[in-house]
Amino acid sequence: MENVKTTAEQKLLSGDEAVARGAWEAGLRVACAYPGTPSTEILETIAGFDGVDAQWSVNEKVAFEVAFGSAIAGGRSLYASKHVGLNVAMDPLMTASYTGVNAGFVAVVCDDPGLASSQNEQDTRWVAPYSKLPMIEPASPSEALAFVKESFTVSERFDTPVLFRMTTRVAHSKENVSVGIRQDVALRPFSPDIPKYVMVPRNAYQKHIRVEKRLVALAALSEKTPLNRIEKGSAKLGFITSGIAYQYIRESYPDASVLKLGFIYPFCDKKIASFAKSVREVVVVEELDPIIEEHVRMLGIKIRAKHPTFRIGELLPEHIPLICKGAGKKELPSTARKPVLCPGCPHRFVFTVLKRNRVVVTGDIGCYTLAATSPLSTLHTCLCMGSSITIHEGFRRILHDGKIVGVLGDSTFVHSGITGLINAVYNRVKGLIVILDNSTTAMTGGQNHPATGKTIRDEPTRQLSIESICEACGVDHVDVIDPKEHKKLDALVKERLSGDGLSVIIARMPCRLFDRSKSQMPEYDSVKCKTCGLCFALDCPALVKTEDGHVDIQKSLCTGCYLCVDSCAAGALRRPQ
Amino acid sequence: MIRRTKKDAMKMKSKWTGGPDDRTWNVFFCGTGGQGVLTAAEICAVAAMHAGYHVKKSEVHGMAQRGGSVESHVRFGKKVYSPLIKRGSADFIVSFHEGEGNRLASYLGKGGTSFVPFLREPGLQPRDKRFANTFYLGMLSAFLPVPEKFWNSALAGQLKRALAENQEAFADGRKAGFARAGGGAGE
Repeated sequence: MENVKTTAEQKLLSGDEAVARGAWEAGLRVACAYPGTPSTEILETIAGFDGVDAQWSVNEKVAFEVAFGSAIAGGRSLYASKHVGLNVAMDPLMTASYTGVNAGFVAVVCDDPGLASSQNEQDTRWVAPYSKLPMIEPASPSEALAFVKESFTVSERFDTPVLFRMTTRVAHSKENVSVGIRQDVALRPFSPDIPKYVMVPRNAYQKHIRVEKRLVALAALSEKTPLNRIEKGSAKLGFITSGIAYQYIRESYPDASVLKLGFIYPFCDKKIASFAKSVREVVVVEELDPIIEEHVRMLGIKIRAKHPTFRIGELLPEHIPLICKGAGKKELPSTARKPVLCPGCPHRFVFTVLKRNRVVVTGDIGCYTLAATSPLSTLHTCLCMGSSITIHEGFRRILHDGKIVGVLGDSTFVHSGITGLINAVYNRVKGLIVILDNSTTAMTGGQNHPATGKTIRDEPTRQLSIESICEACGVDHVDVIDPKEHKKLDALVKERLSGDGLSVIIARMPCRLFDRSKSQMPEYDSVKCKTCGLCFALDCPALVKTEDGHVDIQKSLCTGCYLCVDSCAAGALRRPQ
Repeated sequence: MIRRTKKDAMKMKSKWTGGPDDRTWNVFFCGTGGQGVLTAAEICAVAAMHAGYHVKKSEVHGMAQRGGSVESHVRFGKKVYSPLIKRGSADFIVSFHEGEGNRLASYLGKGGTSFVPFLREPGLQPRDKRFANTFYLGMLSAFLPVPEKFWNSALAGQLKRALAENQEAFADGRKAGFARAGGGAGE
């Protein structure tokens, strides 16, 4: 546990780590999140600090409500998630805007332009006008630390939740950051205030009046705050920008004037207008959607902005001169190596069985989504967390006797799969759900959740039993099986698919991130090998195809799971004698 | 933008006076998941920070790490804005994977050095392949104006496992790097 007393210390911190540090220095009491790239490290870092009650929550709605409850009760609190995570928490967010806070409350949300690890590229800045909440956006880790402190001040001063938006390139970039000491912030007393905290129609109407007044007051703050700063340079060219785009502009046009927005909603209309007057030409540069662009145009200011093709994907430093020229973005096919399930991954056994049975697989979010990539190609839908069970039900309502299997992970099941399972039982659907229980939240690096029986700080807690909860939901058949026994799994899948009820198979085997045990690698007889390629269809990184189609087993990668041995029809791959 | 050759890099090093010089150094690390790309980049960034530079470092976590391509940008100087290296301006491409290094070769600037050919050069091989990342990091250290003590403290601070083996690989690499950068062995 860390307890820094000096103020002169420098640390190499990511945007995520700097947010955590800044919140801790601001006297943070409670922090809640569900893991999601690129926001995961915020809570992981906070959990390393003394004096903060930190948790992995079951999902983002739960995280938001717990943290918000703590803010009403009088302690500074923080919620963190990725952009699509905030969608799950939108219900409490929209009305939290009406109630306001007691102690400061900051909702940190990390967007993922370029989809490094996400299912969409939504721009969360739209949430600010929609929810009528202020939004603050840093452009670097140093700003992240300073701005998150300011966010708590704004939250308390204006009685409002504050949205704190970052993008992958800020969240996951590091720089030297000067860190400070923890501020001693007293708890604020809570006294019941029904008109403020009980949002029934009559109270909510009154609150809506207040929310509109608050927006006017926040707009006045936006004009004055140093978070929106003008950097005077050439009178010929001026940029209006925010976030990471600012850094790229500074690299490409060091002499230009810049209006750098950090308090990005409500807008500082007067500052924008006076800045526009001070330069001959204004260019708006922002990543993703044209939010600043549309607002500045609405003010009647003549600007140049990026070609619509630059609304797609991540902005890069080399894009800035192109944007200034008004050029479009050229789409180049990605040449990056595709991510792949680890050697020995438990999911590979399950998907090999499902592929053999030629089923339609409804999936969702996790490492197992990688099964959609060629050559496995055994996952056919992926929409959002928990949707595998509900999309499975939707399929079954049209294709009554189809061979359809819903597949999701243990963490995702707890996040939002359980409600879908109850719905399936209640509405009498038959079918098969496979829960890939690798006992961790793997894709984000291995975080605990209720079914691991451990907290964010690895402390023991009551463990959720997945099989018991499935039974309690009223599922007809619940089986727990080790997917390494893939022949037994195959027989069970066939039996359950031909049966009449709703079945859940829990395929339980630890993730390779934690179980690194290895067995001897298989023996390979190149003479017997018919170069049929069946083994390569497993998409195992330990099997490399030679130029003549033979197998080169990578000793450093092979875990000795022998799935390739079992798939080899020619007997060229054998268990070691 | 000022372009530097390897020999200039050495001049910078010998002139090092304990404070940052007035240019920005761009080091592009790449490879595949599990090769230690991110660890090497982190050590480089921490060493440069200890040496008094403003450092920025950028990489992408999450799905990309499952055996896919991994890249990390490290930039340091008096004041650095962008955490990303612009294509065509890297001083070094430190790649632990030939295919990835070639794929991303467009990041290399004029007069820059790519480590890709080193991966095949018989005299430039790590004694233990498991520590290839620290070996080539040692080579890189010979080209950069960051004193040895800061590399050592960064190594010790960042490596939790097999520190002694890594230090040995780093020292081997550093020696090989000086032989190369000093103009004694190569070119």
